[in-house]
Amino acid sequence: MPIKHLPLRLTLATAMLALASPTLANPAPDDWQSVLAEAEGQTVYWNAWGGDTRTNRYIDWVAKQMQAQYDVEVAHVKLDDTGSAVARVLAEKQADNNDDGSIDLIWINGENFAAMRESDLLFGPFAESLPHFALTNATDNPEVVTDFTLPTEGYESPWGKAQITFYYDSAQTETPPQDMQALLAWAKDNPGQFSYPRIPDFTGSTFLKQALIELTDQEKALYQPVSESDFETVTEPLWAYLDALHPHLWRSGRAFPDSGPNLRTLMSDGELSLAFSFYPTDAAVAVMEYELPESVRSYVLEGGTLGNVHFVAIPYNSPHKAGAMVLANFLLSPEAQAQKQSLAMWGDRSVLDIEQLDAENQALFEQGDRHPSELPADALSNTLPEPHPSWMTALQDAWLERYGVN
Amino acid sequence: MLRLAPALIIALLVFPVGAGLIMVLLPAFGYLPALGGYGASLAPWQMLFAQPGLGRSMAVSFASGLISAAVALVIVVLFLAASRGTWLDRGIRRLVSPLLAIPHAAIAFGFAFLIAPSGLVARLISPSLTGWERPLDALIINDPWGLSLMAGLVLKEVPFLLLMSLAALPQLAPEKRLMLARSLGYSPTIGWLKTVLPSLYPLIRLPVYAVIAYATSVVDMALILGPKLPPTLSVSLLSWFNDPDVSHRFMASAAAVLQLGVTVAALLCWWLLEQLIRRLTRYWLTNGSRQRGEIILRLVGRSALLLSSITALAALVGLGLFSLAGFWRFPEVLPQMLTLDHWQRSGPMLSTPLINTALIGLISTALATALVLATLENEHRQHIQPKRALWLLYLPLLVPQIAFLFGLVVAAESLGIRPQLGLVIAGHLLFVLPYVYLSLAETYRRLDPRWLEVARSLGVSRSAAFWRVRLPLLLAPLLTAFAVGLAVSIGQYLPTQLLGAGRVTTVTTEAVALASGNNRRLIGVWALVQASLPLIGFMLALGLPRLLGTHRRDLAT
Repeated sequence: MPIKHLPLRLTLATAMLALASPTLANPAPDDWQSVLAEAEGQTVYWNAWGGDTRTNRYIDWVAKQMQAQYDVEVAHVKLDDTGSAVARVLAEKQADNNDDGSIDLIWINGENFAAMRESDLLFGPFAESLPHFALTNATDNPEVVTDFTLPTEGYESPWGKAQITFYYDSAQTETPPQDMQALLAWAKDNPGQFSYPRIPDFTGSTFLKQALIELTDQEKALYQPVSESDFETVTEPLWAYLDALHPHLWRSGRAFPDSGPNLRTLMSDGELSLAFSFYPTDAAVAVMEYELPESVRSYVLEGGTLGNVHFVAIPYNSPHKAGAMVLANFLLSPEAQAQKQSLAMWGDRSVLDIEQLDAENQALFEQGDRHPSELPADALSNTLPEPHPSWMTALQDAWLERYGVN
Repeated sequence: MLRLAPALIIALLVFPVGAGLIMVLLPAFGYLPALGGYGASLAPWQMLFAQPGLGRSMAVSFASGLISAAVALVIVVLFLAASRGTWLDRGIRRLVSPLLAIPHAAIAFGFAFLIAPSGLVARLISPSLTGWERPLDALIINDPWGLSLMAGLVLKEVPFLLLMSLAALPQLAPEKRLMLARSLGYSPTIGWLKTVLPSLYPLIRLPVYAVIAYATSVVDMALILGPKLPPTLSVSLLSWFNDPDVSHRFMASAAAVLQLGVTVAALLCWWLLEQLIRRLTRYWLTNGSRQRGEIILRLVGRSALLLSSITALAALVGLGLFSLAGFWRFPEVLPQMLTLDHWQRSGPMLSTPLINTALIGLISTALATALVLATLENEHRQHIQPKRALWLLYLPLLVPQIAFLFGLVVAAESLGIRPQLGLVIAGHLLFVLPYVYLSLAETYRRLDPRWLEVARSLGVSRSAAFWRVRLPLLLAPLLTAFAVGLAVSIGQYLPTQLLGAGRVTTVTTEAVALASGNNRRLIGVWALVQASLPLIGFMLALGLPRLLGTHRRDLAT
């Protein structure tokens, strides 16, 4: 490598010898007892988005359980953007730090996962060796082993489920739009009261995919890499739709909110009357925390909305892989999944096949009364699968090309 | 030992910036083996220049740096020219240091809430005056020209430039100059502008340059207030560095180099403007006009600074209200109910970040102050003029953070230095040291040398004279410099997050992570906590000298 000729590099070698910790062999996921033994006393640095106090509180609860049950310390590294964790692992690889990375577990899915897999930045396969993995009943629930159409191949372990959920203020809007054409008509009647996050934001990009699935007549093409179809033809109806929609959006489409949570703030200020979130319980939680009025109601579009599973993955250079696996396994336990699903804790849906659990564990998932702003329990059955991740990137580039400069 | 201090300081600051820049330059030209880039290539640049709106992004970054610095400078200069030491003037001056302590992001959030169509100002006049039952659908914040971003920047730059000017002024003996000008029939404001300003500007030139460099590359404020389609260059470049598609890293590195170029271009442009203005005003300075413009200049001078200070305070009040707010929707002026929920929920999470913040701030500022004192004392003992090389001190302020920090992470990793508290403290030192030096150097140099001569003639050793005479005499400015250093340390986000790999949590990293959830009530809580820490620092800095009884009116600046 040419860089070896740099004098800097020469001095580094000695410094590295002195400071690098001894290389550990990777634990074998199939030998669970030895994984448990190795995990004892480890500290797992879990990089997870930290923008939500409820998620943070849940992770805090998990940390306490892990300490008590497995003698594993969990440190939540709060990110403002999951991409920065990917960038971190990449920087470490760039600096040849292959066994003493600073991240042990990442909350991840979609294009971040695809990118890390492609650059060989993940450890695995490990997920299917986790004792609790069987509870997801993956044969009947293929979404727990598929991430944006890509098979996870054991490189990430399922954690929770999300689905696009719309919400509106029932005091201001009586009949919210039930599909994309109705949304356009609604926006014309209520100018400036709807928007979606600026691309390349995750939630904003999901809105594009949602609209594309409904508008295009070549839906099947979306589940193949974008290179295998004619992008222009497939997406043409989407751009025509957005061209018609944008003049009626918030700020006439001259600015877009930053993120999904930003939509909620604008609802809270009364600037928007209709918004959506990736978290079905988002609106109910916001009402409980005084952000939204009690008249807010949630619903899912008639034709269904995009949903996906979110996962946890272990970077290839994590020094605490055993601890990370024990944590991933604990996250799949009925106890942890039930806590996560309860609205009082977080309200994120379980990835377990609850009907297959024994009666005692099933009882853990039974909750009290539904919050009025929450989605009805049966409303989430109509879940549309995520397109291939290459579509997200292609749509983002095309959107920025068309609308990125006003 | 003392003789090594200047070299040590420069090495401490120059090496990391240089290493960081190299590690960004290499990928910008296609060298990044981890992603299979081995050769020299211009592909990252081609990709960068193909990005839609790049020209606009650059233009907004460039212009917001120059314009906000110019506006802030004019506000400060006119205030100083017009202020006559009345109670109002003194009151405003006292307001200023706390404002300096408030983090940029906090001001930006508060300011955004103030001026948004659904914000505090609109609520005060709606629906009574405007008839608005719903917020107006108007693009006020995030405007494509970056005007709201510039306004936000001005709010933070004014206190900084004012404090720097106040520190530099006493050595110019402005009262004497003004008295002379007045005796020649000049009206006070015009007289100040013609006799004091030409000597003051060279002394605050570096702070002005630092302001321009900061404003051209600011991330947090630009994210909140800046344009969206397209965003400023700094915001785009951060999103490219964090892009899930890791191949964007090449382009992101090229963008970091471009950001450096934009900042340098803005500085160069300012320098050219300086030359131009110097030529243009040569006639005005000596034309003998004694009164023209006095009234209007005085009015602007007094009102502009007052307005900017009040705006900043109102922004804080808005945040404070939100931290206690129950449901609160447009057009209600006050929340429907007040609650301590948000504070209670954040309470348990505050302790570790608070301890880390205090630890990092105190250690890095103490190190910085010791190094700066050693350098200045060395300069004094060797009877040397401030060296030109000391310009290098300002390197971390003039080179945008985002241009070299990502590279610095790679450099540190290559050296086998793993993220930890020590690395974060070293990273903070980079930014704290220049500010401590900026605030202390002039006062230190102009301390009347006769005090020390008297001490020496009484048989006191050099070091005893330093400890027993110089330091006590300089206590007030020393504490102010310390408080400035603390404020700078507490406000750092990127260095803390990147060098600590997110493991070292401070109030600021927590606040930024929570801000991504956009819950304004929590943002209010954390922004206030974040602002209160440096505020305590400034209060101690102002109060301690009085308590210790060593307050000397003429020295306290």
